[in-house]
Order: sequence, then C-alpha cells, then structure tokens
Amino acid sequence: MQPGQLLPAFRLEDASGASVTFPSDRPALVCFVKDDCPTCHLVMPVLDALHRAFTDEMDFFIAGQTREGNEALTDTFAPSFTILDDSSLKVSFAFGMDTVPSLFLAGADGKLDRALVGFVREEWQGLSELLGERSAAGAEPDLDWEALPEWRPGCGSLSVDPLIADRLRAEAENSPLRARKIEIAPADDEFEFMFDQGFSDGLPLVPPTPERVMRMLSGTRRDPQEMLGLMPPNMGEVTVEKAAINAVMAGCRPEYLPVVLTALEAVLTEAYNIHGVMATTMGASPVIVVNGPIREKIGMNMKLGALGQGNRANATIGRAVRLAVRNIGGARPGGTERSTLGNPMKFTMCFAEHEERSPWDPLHVERGFEPSDSVVTVFTMTSGPTLIVDQDFRRASQLAGSFGLSLESAFHPKAHFATDVVLVVCPEHVDTLIRDGYGKADIRARIQEVTARPLVDLVENEVSAVGFKKAAFDAMDEDGRGRMLPKFKSPEDIHIVVAGSDAGKFSGAFHGWATGEIGSIPVSKKIEEA
Amino acid sequence: MTTILDPTDERVPVTRQLSPRTGEITGTVALLDISKPRGNVLLDRLEALLSERLPGIRIERYAKPTFTKPAPDALRAEIYEKSDFLIEALAD
Repeated sequence: MQPGQLLPAFRLEDASGASVTFPSDRPALVCFVKDDCPTCHLVMPVLDALHRAFTDEMDFFIAGQTREGNEALTDTFAPSFTILDDSSLKVSFAFGMDTVPSLFLAGADGKLDRALVGFVREEWQGLSELLGERSAAGAEPDLDWEALPEWRPGCGSLSVDPLIADRLRAEAENSPLRARKIEIAPADDEFEFMFDQGFSDGLPLVPPTPERVMRMLSGTRRDPQEMLGLMPPNMGEVTVEKAAINAVMAGCRPEYLPVVLTALEAVLTEAYNIHGVMATTMGASPVIVVNGPIREKIGMNMKLGALGQGNRANATIGRAVRLAVRNIGGARPGGTERSTLGNPMKFTMCFAEHEERSPWDPLHVERGFEPSDSVVTVFTMTSGPTLIVDQDFRRASQLAGSFGLSLESAFHPKAHFATDVVLVVCPEHVDTLIRDGYGKADIRARIQEVTARPLVDLVENEVSAVGFKKAAFDAMDEDGRGRMLPKFKSPEDIHIVVAGSDAGKFSGAFHGWATGEIGSIPVSKKIEEA
Repeated sequence: MTTILDPTDERVPVTRQLSPRTGEITGTVALLDISKPRGNVLLDRLEALLSERLPGIRIERYAKPTFTKPAPDALRAEIYEKSDFLIEALAD
C-alpha cells in the first residue's frame, strides 16, 4: 500500500462484543498481531506504551488473528487496549498484508500515512517520535529503545495461509466467482446431497466448495466469466468458472484445467456435434487424445495401461468434460441422453500419445499443428478399445493386414463406408512396422487393401440384412456389382496414434459413430496457455 | 455448514404446453422423417392409413438432413407455417 491510499473500512468487535469502526474522525493506528509470533510479543509492550501516551488524541485498532491467541496475549501482557477479534481474517485479508505485526498509521480521513512491517527498531522509534511531535503534550512515551533488538522479522499472517487464503479470496467482495452458492445443512452428508441433486455420473464427487474452485481457477489465466460456448441440449452457458466447478467435482488438479477448457471448446464446435453424440441411442462418447509438451507437464499416462485406470490426469480430465456436458448441458441418461446400452467411456476416456516412441508424425502434427504445440483432439467413438491380438506376425504387411481384418468388425463386417476408427498402435507393433519401412500411409493403404470386398458380398441377404440394399444392387450393371469396396470411405477415416507399454503385441481400436457431416467430425484445438 | 457452487447452468427448463386438442384432424398434416433407417417405412404406412380414414386432409412429407442433429431452423419454420399437425417418426 502507498502513502495517501485509502485504507479499507472495517468494523470489528472485541472479546466483550463491543464494536469499533474504522475510520473514525481521528487519526488512527491499526496493527495486526497473532499470539504464536515472537515478534508480535516483542511489539506488544511498545503498542501498550504508545496507546497509553496517545489514546486521547487518536484511535487504536489492535487486531488479533485468533480468539484463543487474543486471550493469551491479553493474559500475558495485560495491555491498556482491548484486542479486537479478526479471527475471520477478513480485515487482515482486506489490508492485503503477508506479515504480522503489520502497523498502519492513518490520518483522520482514513488514508495511509505510513506502514511498518515486522520490527525495525529505528522505524518504530521514528513512529513514536512522530506521534510525540504531533501530540499536544509534545512528549513521547518513556520506552527503553536500546533494550529492544535492532531488527526482528515478522511472521506469516494467517490470512495468507494457503489453507485459508483461497476461502478468503472466494468470500471477498471482488470475488471472481458468480455461480449460485448452495448451502448444505450440517446434518446432511455433502456426498449424498450431490448424488441426490443429480450432479454425479454415479461415482462420488469432490464437493466444489468456493475455495476449491478458486484453487482450480489458479490453473488458468483466463477470465472466470469467459464463455466457451453453449452446451446442448439446454444450451447452458459454459463459462470458465462452470467448467472449473465440474473439474473440481471430477477430481482434477488446477494444472489440468487448460486441457479441460480446450477439450470443452472442441466438443462445443458445430463440427463435433455434441448434441447428437449425447442423444444417440448408439452410445457414443468423446475420446480425448492429448499431444505435445503438456502431457509431461501434467503427468499424463501414455505408456503402460494408458487407456485404462490409474492415472489421475487421464481419468479426471475425461471425467470433467463428461460432467460438464451432463451438468451444464443437462444431458442425462433417460432425458436427452438415450444410449441403448451405454458405454464405460461415458465415465471418462482420455489419454496421451506416446510421441517419443513413434517414428511417425504424431496425431497433432498430422492435423496441422507444430510439434511444440500442446493440442487436444476429440473423437466420437461408440466402442473400444477393442483389442487387436496378433503375436505371430513376421512382417509389417502381415501385421497391418491383421489390423485391417480386426477393423472389419467396426459396426458390422458388412458395414463398409460407415464409420471411422482410432487405431492405437502399441510399441512392439511399431517396431515391426518401422523395420519394414511402414509409414502411416502404408498402414492405412494395407487396411483398405485387405478389407476390400466385392459389392456382391456386401448386399443384404438371408444371413444378414446389413449392407447395400438389394434393389439398388439389382439396378447396377456388371461392373458396378463387381466393384471392390474397402472398409473405410477414406484412408483418412483411420486415425493412428501410438501408446502403450514396451512389452506386449496388443494394439487396440476405438470404433466410431456416424462419421462426417452426417454425424461428428474429429476436432483438434491448441491449448493456447500451455 | 458446507457451501458448494452450482455446477449446472442454473436455468429451469421451459415447460412446453400441449397444443389444445380439438377432437378432429383437418387441414394439412406434416410427416417428418428424421432420416433414420426405415423411418420412411413407418411414415409410408401412416400416410396410407391417414389418407384412407381422413380423405379430406392434405399430407406433406418432410425429412431432416441427418438424424444426429436438430432440424434446421428453416425446416422447422416451413413446417410450422404450412401445417396444422405434425407427426415425427423417430424410428427407434
């Protein structure tokens, strides 16, 4: 605080319940102390002497930071003033100080004259002299300054204790929080309450208290009220604050928040079509892939068990996105979420690509970003990871052939041109593919080659009605009927990423949903603040 | 007392009211196909039955471009303007 600055006004009570108000119409000395601080003990007799000398000409506001501490200080020093109760720490917080003792000398107008922090004998003695000069009697208190140490550092103010400061920031008048506050009665269990309110995906949630949400917001530089978009079906406004609340409930750490925010921006695009993804009876859900330096920075798993449980970042980022869709958008099973069977990915599905183990351009570079960018890509998938088991291959052509034959099952073996897939290639499979010089384009071409079927094999028949309609087929000429159709409409519908542990010849695949304009298009977004 | 922050959009959804039931069907009946497989089969049958039982009505067929997205505003406006009744085939 600078001299001349208006100090925060306040009203405090002493132990007897009598209240005092600052500023009054007289000059004032405001000082914050706490009992477990040796430097505060050092200044108590000095404050007492100043009070005795100048109490007729100015007001003294000596505030302690705990009730028990105030009693102890009173017992120990029997000061001539009563210690005010700032155990809520709101006034300490408003004064913005880090240290006790902190002393503020104010004019009758409530503006700062000078401030002292800790104990520097010369400064405190100077203050005493100044007050003496200003007083009518012109006399200073009789203090043996030489008996006091030249300098003692102060102690940390309780108002900056990390466990308390977030609550104080959340409660302050200029708090960035705008969300409705819900008070849970002491007799209610907050975990049960959140289940009852329908906030949960079926698993327990972390209560999004204001202090936890403030801590979560420390993970981003973005304004808490910035709008990320409108979440269907209720077209709820997705603000950074609302996203942070859901991220707290999901169990995220603050450093994950930029990934959550970017993933939400990606699913809120028209191309991604989150409304259809949630409403479909097929049971689709976002699959989130993270690339770039942020993977390491926040400790994501891209190695052993990357697609499974056990890593907090992977698990909670995906869950935060899902909870935001549920709570802000209002998509709930039985409401606008109509999945016939559901899908465990609807709890969470997020992992990082093991770029360092890949000989190929990672996903985000393929999709037009710089290798040094941190990028979130969202796919819409209905099942997976479906394991691709081939432990017998000797050549890349055989292995990529196995990928193709396994991918035949996406939707239905007779459903060609119907969907896209995310193929997750494990490191042991990568090694064989590199040895034979296979790039991603070669893998895609081989999959298309081994899955190509003559149209006649893909027509609806007695075994299965899935496939091309017989009437359309009958209307075709000989060339049309003999045409070979690969599994995927375009090689680009095969999205390839690398993940998994070094041991094990098991790749995996997520099978897609309605692909392209008709349904959902994968979206990649750079994490700008990574 | 624990205080938590509301994770929802804090809005109460609008309650939609049913149109008044007059007890008779007249004018134009719109049949909207959401473009799911075999939705047209259901609507073909409905159209035949309606034409048979209510020869005085006019039937108009509409289709959404894709079942995965809400009907475009222009299509909704057209149906609203030109029709007295709407039947939507979900096909699930």
